[in-house]
Amino acid sequence: MNLPPSPPGARIVAFGEHQPSGVVTNADLAERVDTSDEWIQSRVGIKERRIAGPDESVLDMAVAAGGKALAASGLAADDISLVIVATCTGLDQIPNVSASAAARLGITAPGAFDVNAACAGFCYALGIANDAVRGGSAGHVLVIGAEKLSDWIDWTDRSTCVIFADGAGAAVVGPSEAPQIGPVVWGSSGERADKIYLREHKYLHQEGQAVFRWTTTELSAVALTALERAGVAPEELTAFVPHQANLRIVEAIARKVGAPQALIARDIVTAGNTSSASIPLALSRMVGRGELPSGSTVLTLGYGAGLTYAAQVLRVP
Amino acid sequence: MAHSEQEILAGLGEIVDEIAGVPADQVTPEKSFVDDLDIDSLSMVEIAVAAQDKFGVEIPDDQLKDLKTVQDVITFIQK
Repeated sequence: MNLPPSPPGARIVAFGEHQPSGVVTNADLAERVDTSDEWIQSRVGIKERRIAGPDESVLDMAVAAGGKALAASGLAADDISLVIVATCTGLDQIPNVSASAAARLGITAPGAFDVNAACAGFCYALGIANDAVRGGSAGHVLVIGAEKLSDWIDWTDRSTCVIFADGAGAAVVGPSEAPQIGPVVWGSSGERADKIYLREHKYLHQEGQAVFRWTTTELSAVALTALERAGVAPEELTAFVPHQANLRIVEAIARKVGAPQALIARDIVTAGNTSSASIPLALSRMVGRGELPSGSTVLTLGYGAGLTYAAQVLRVP
Repeated sequence: MAHSEQEILAGLGEIVDEIAGVPADQVTPEKSFVDDLDIDSLSMVEIAVAAQDKFGVEIPDDQLKDLKTVQDVITFIQK
């Protein structure tokens, strides 16, 4: 039996991102529910977030972010042979987002599937893309995280409506002479599935204290394992880009990872928690602001409902 | 190993100081974490985790909501 030729490694070729135009400030939310700017900033760390209108879907945002990553890569649409969309908030169970996104981007007949690992989804999808390129199953892969949490939020529930938001981020992954994406370290804890859920098409529910305890006590070890497997020391990190769940969680995990020189992504302050979109959205915006020069070494860490988690090291194109 | 009430109070004072920046001498048994010490629900989780490391007693989230005062936590750890 034959196997395809396989490159020694894979790399990220380009990032792209999209945020809906509608800005919702803490003051806006304080008009709807019993909350305040001070309360939201001290508990969650968010100042404002973007919320999509009724005419903008998960698919629309996936296409927008994916199109920008594709344009930035300099590749033609038909150079992409696999499209993976990490999402858990599409209104349709069938069809998936990825095949429709590919068609709208002019990518002809790629492999196309969605990944639901909730807020860890982008790290899962990037891990799969890395392996698909290295295994020779795909030449270039378009990986997208796209979410419209606003469709699943009870806008009268002040414990959730202040946290979640909409947006999308994307990366093009291709072959590389030297590995520029490290091994993914992933796992799950399904016995705690009841800590974050969205059932029977109602509203997203999470147990804030349980999630806070889990993330701040158990996840730094996952991040450190990803560094170890990649052979990268914490001191070599330019940046740490964990899922933007809550600024206090981000900062607590960062302290335990112990890379004081590394820039810590605080994209949540102006983007909110966009689930699987938060890591590529933060990365793309940081690259856009010139904070991550080419060759920067970055540690990602996704975590969320499932419970699921995943981490990997990557180099910025 | 059991801890005396004084040991636990002193230990909680250090923990609350480190996590919430409330001076240890303000952490007295009758104080309410939320109303008197201005500690929010997420900081309470951090305090519970630190207390677990220090005293070896797990304080689960479903119990945590019933621990309103410093004395409630002391009593829970001693139990």
